[in-house]
Amino acid sequence: MSNILLVLPLLIPLATAAASLLAWRWTSLQRVFAVTGAVALLGSGIALLAMVWREGICVTQAGDWPAPFGITLVADVFSAVMVVLAGIVGLATVIFSLGSIDRMREAFGYYPLVHALLLGVCGAFLTGDLFNLYVWFEVMLMASFVLLALGGERPQLYGSIKYVTLNLVSSAMFLAAIGILYGIAGTLNMADLAVRLNGLDNPALITAIGMLFFVAFGIKAAVFPLFFWLPASYHTPPGAISALFAGLLTKVGVYSLIRVFTLIFVQEASYTHLLILVVSGLTMVTGVLGAVAQQEFRRVLSFHIVSQIGYMTMGLGLAGLASSSTLARLALAGSIFYIMHHIIVKTNLFFVSSVARRLCGTFELKRQGGLYATQPLLTLLFLIPAFSLAGMPPLSGFFAKLSLIKAGLAAEEYVISATALAVGLLTLFSMTKIWAEAFWKPLPASSEQDAQPLTTSQRKLLFVPIGCLAVLTLCIGLGAEPVFSVATRAADQLLERDEYIRAVLEPTP
Amino acid sequence: MSTLLAIVTGCLYAAGIYMMLRRSLFKLILGLGFLSHGANLMIFTVGGLTRGRAPIIEAGETVPLQPTADPLPQALILTAIVIGFAVAAYSLALFHRVNQTFGSDDPDELRVHDQ
Repeated sequence: MSNILLVLPLLIPLATAAASLLAWRWTSLQRVFAVTGAVALLGSGIALLAMVWREGICVTQAGDWPAPFGITLVADVFSAVMVVLAGIVGLATVIFSLGSIDRMREAFGYYPLVHALLLGVCGAFLTGDLFNLYVWFEVMLMASFVLLALGGERPQLYGSIKYVTLNLVSSAMFLAAIGILYGIAGTLNMADLAVRLNGLDNPALITAIGMLFFVAFGIKAAVFPLFFWLPASYHTPPGAISALFAGLLTKVGVYSLIRVFTLIFVQEASYTHLLILVVSGLTMVTGVLGAVAQQEFRRVLSFHIVSQIGYMTMGLGLAGLASSSTLARLALAGSIFYIMHHIIVKTNLFFVSSVARRLCGTFELKRQGGLYATQPLLTLLFLIPAFSLAGMPPLSGFFAKLSLIKAGLAAEEYVISATALAVGLLTLFSMTKIWAEAFWKPLPASSEQDAQPLTTSQRKLLFVPIGCLAVLTLCIGLGAEPVFSVATRAADQLLERDEYIRAVLEPTP
Repeated sequence: MSTLLAIVTGCLYAAGIYMMLRRSLFKLILGLGFLSHGANLMIFTVGGLTRGRAPIIEAGETVPLQPTADPLPQALILTAIVIGFAVAAYSLALFHRVNQTFGSDDPDELRVHDQ
């Protein structure tokens, strides 16, 4: 039973992608497959989370090869939560795509690619082996490369070059780091690595390898100063694709950072985690300042992704430096809660930007306007994620920031706490800019002929995912306590390394 | 042997980075290729070199009697080469498309289209 649930989040997107490829000529059939597959993925994610919640860390060994030799799939609460979030974003994106992706892209394999991307993302969340993680990263990257360039518009091609180059550099670095680590430890199973690296008497060498991983994952997660590819490419593809990227891709990098820096590279936390903390602060500040300078809806949002990544890694840094386990738990739980909140909110804001583009004919804020007068529902649906992103109570972002800043103050890291607060304020400034330009002021006369009104069926397909994600944001905010207890349990499991190691290495009867 | 391989790895990295810094997209793609080959060779070298001892267990034994070459780095590299092949195919296709659309392969000249 447990084996099946661990493998399902990989099998479902794989089967969906394969079935959609077989139905290449029949786009309407592909649409059915895509929606069914996304629903099934979400369902399997929830079932997995329920099982992990009940039984603790679940492990399956591919082909029944015992742990350090075979490929291990592991699900703890953190990875199960991430799979559920991938399911939610995947389903929302597929429904949104039905009403917004053009026929040409659909005809050239849009839906199979989306599911291939989800396959890579879920694989990265569930694997317990570093080389396997590299392979899932590549699966995800290949799908994202094609999705980004699909359609071949000029800005897309230009964005793709930067995206492809920097991500390939990161992959090469990741691969080199894996090679050196294997040379030293003779294993790539994460649990086995955690055991063996403790026995080695050369912590400086391990820290150096840890830094290679930090750079490799840092490029994927878009932390300072490695984030340039993100705002250069995320604003170029169609809205549904950039929403999917914004929701999931950088978070896979953050997930990997949290995984390796809580499980494997903990020998010199006072150095590595301090560096993570400093980088987090700089990431927040540069991201939010970059957003202030932008005048294009999706570019503003892209820079905010960068700034938010800083908050997620801030919890990781605090957890490594924390003097007590309670404090470490609070900081890490804050990070995980932040990831949960951010994925939902960011995807939703990109959806809203895409609808706004449709109604105003452009992504340029200066040439947008009038949405408040004509689209009161859209306005409401924008305000919920926007305020949440800025951290207004009682929305989800408030509790996410609250727990991180609480942990920062308790750890007496005042600089980073003050930075986090100030950046929250500047985020609000960016959101008010979007509000004033796109929603409040009247639509400029020059844009009127570009505006494309929505048909009723399109309206439904676009507004249902936006509405559902907004409701989820409200739920996370109003029901912060149960959600936070999930995050705390996930943080507990991350900090209790022995539990993870035992679950993987000791064969279950 | 491993010293020689280490030097070759270093040269591949240096050549890769040099190529990536040239003002030509095609050289950028070649550079990325060099970089991934450098990483592959590095895995091979740091994995430990044992010559002439295939990891095959003799008939009737359950463990190899003498130290053998570690097959895992080679398996890793094989996987990485396959992935690198797919990536190279994609980036060449992208390069072709960019060249067709912009009529140039100088990254600086593409910048004007970035709005």
